[in-house]
Amino acid sequence: MAGFIEKIGNMDRRIIFVLIALSVIIPVSLNIIFPNPVGAEPSRELYNYVDALPAGANVLLSFDYDPSTMPELQPMAVALTRQLFEKDINIVAMALWPQGASLGQEVLSEQSAEQGKEQYTDWVNLGYKTGGGVLIVRLGSGFKAVFPEDKDGMNWDAIPMLSEIKDISDFDLVLSLSAGDPGIPAWVMMAGDRFNVPIGGGCTAVSAPQFFPYLRSGQMIGLLGGLKGAADYETLTDSPGKGIEGMAPQSIAHLVIMLLIVVGNISYFASRRRSGGGAV
Amino acid sequence: MNWEIIGIWLGALLTLCIYSFLYKDNPFYKFAEHLFIGMSAGYWVIYNIENVLIPNWWYKMFPEGVSGGEFDWIWVIPGIFALFMLARIIPKTAGLSRLSLAMIVGAGAGLNMVSYFQTNALAQVEDTITSLSTGGALEIISNIVLVVGVVSGLVYFFFSKEHKGIVGKTANIGITILMVAFGASFGFTVMARISLLIGQVTFLLKDWLPTMGIGG
Repeated sequence: MAGFIEKIGNMDRRIIFVLIALSVIIPVSLNIIFPNPVGAEPSRELYNYVDALPAGANVLLSFDYDPSTMPELQPMAVALTRQLFEKDINIVAMALWPQGASLGQEVLSEQSAEQGKEQYTDWVNLGYKTGGGVLIVRLGSGFKAVFPEDKDGMNWDAIPMLSEIKDISDFDLVLSLSAGDPGIPAWVMMAGDRFNVPIGGGCTAVSAPQFFPYLRSGQMIGLLGGLKGAADYETLTDSPGKGIEGMAPQSIAHLVIMLLIVVGNISYFASRRRSGGGAV
Repeated sequence: MNWEIIGIWLGALLTLCIYSFLYKDNPFYKFAEHLFIGMSAGYWVIYNIENVLIPNWWYKMFPEGVSGGEFDWIWVIPGIFALFMLARIIPKTAGLSRLSLAMIVGAGAGLNMVSYFQTNALAQVEDTITSLSTGGALEIISNIVLVVGVVSGLVYFFFSKEHKGIVGKTANIGITILMVAFGASFGFTVMARISLLIGQVTFLLKDWLPTMGIGG
């Protein structure tokens, strides 16, 4: 028995890859859906804040990611956009990442078509601009100078919904869907702390822990962390999508990993015991 | 010709080539890796010329065809600094790139120093100065954990006094708190990596296999 446990500790890593692959492939192919209860989490705080915005409010939605993080951030973009459109909130989209502009356009076009919203009346995509934090500081002194036209070349003055927007303080909320830098940290530093604009958003799970201090200190009003954050928002907005679909494979894969960690530790301690308690 | 189907097949085959590395290094993986790096580099060069250089520099220097107006010489200066960056290619002129780098570092530091300190240090310190006796039981416990965690964590990084006695015990609490934080980060990292795997598996099962009449 002891030998078997030790053998497990030296398991070929390819067996682990197969186990992880199966833990994802099986639930995805069987379309297994797990319940996703949402407690008093940062995702609920974000939902409540957006839900309390009045119709006609202006929200800046920044798509600060690229296709490599789409599985985590695109479902958030869909759920957020859906809620904003349902509440008749004006969406001004932009991107601090080059490919974010196209990914944002995809979400906005799809959702506006579903909900009968009009480009330039209900939403506009200003596109990508380089500069990160420097760009955000410039948005504090004037939007039109930075974005004289939108992504499709439409002149700023010809877009009716932008007539009331002068600078970043004219927005009721800034939402950043962030895969790294520039992203949420730049928005909190340059827009939130400088111009007192409420900041919320979503990020990849890897970067979520570093943004939690912003929530406690009130520098962010809410945060969606990784695929779980997306699933939470889909639950809260009652719009099941890829986030909720991903929770079953995610949970099963996590269980497999936890099991492997436990087995690995048992094997480690068994080996140590056998060798007389010294280093293995 | 259905370009969407071709795109899905290319994506699927390249995904399989990349995942084949999990078995062992092989020519299919190498091919996909080199293709990815080459295409990424090419894509980024063109994307940056089209979306950064032309609208933000070229059109501002020669605005006639866009917004009207005459040649604006001031935009020649950033152009020269950009060329200085490329001077690194020739060893004799490599020093010129330092001028451009100095400008980037200087502007970056100047802009970020105060903001970064305000956002990531002062605001967090302010939030740590909190009452340990007001609010509900959970809030009080949370605040105590926060204050003890921050203080003991900082003591762990205080190396001017040997970690013995009370200092050592506090530092031990600090390292425990740090381990919990690293554990949380590790958990989130696992979640992120599995999410990416779910994305690719969903693509293979729900987009690619149906093109062969399997599943859907």
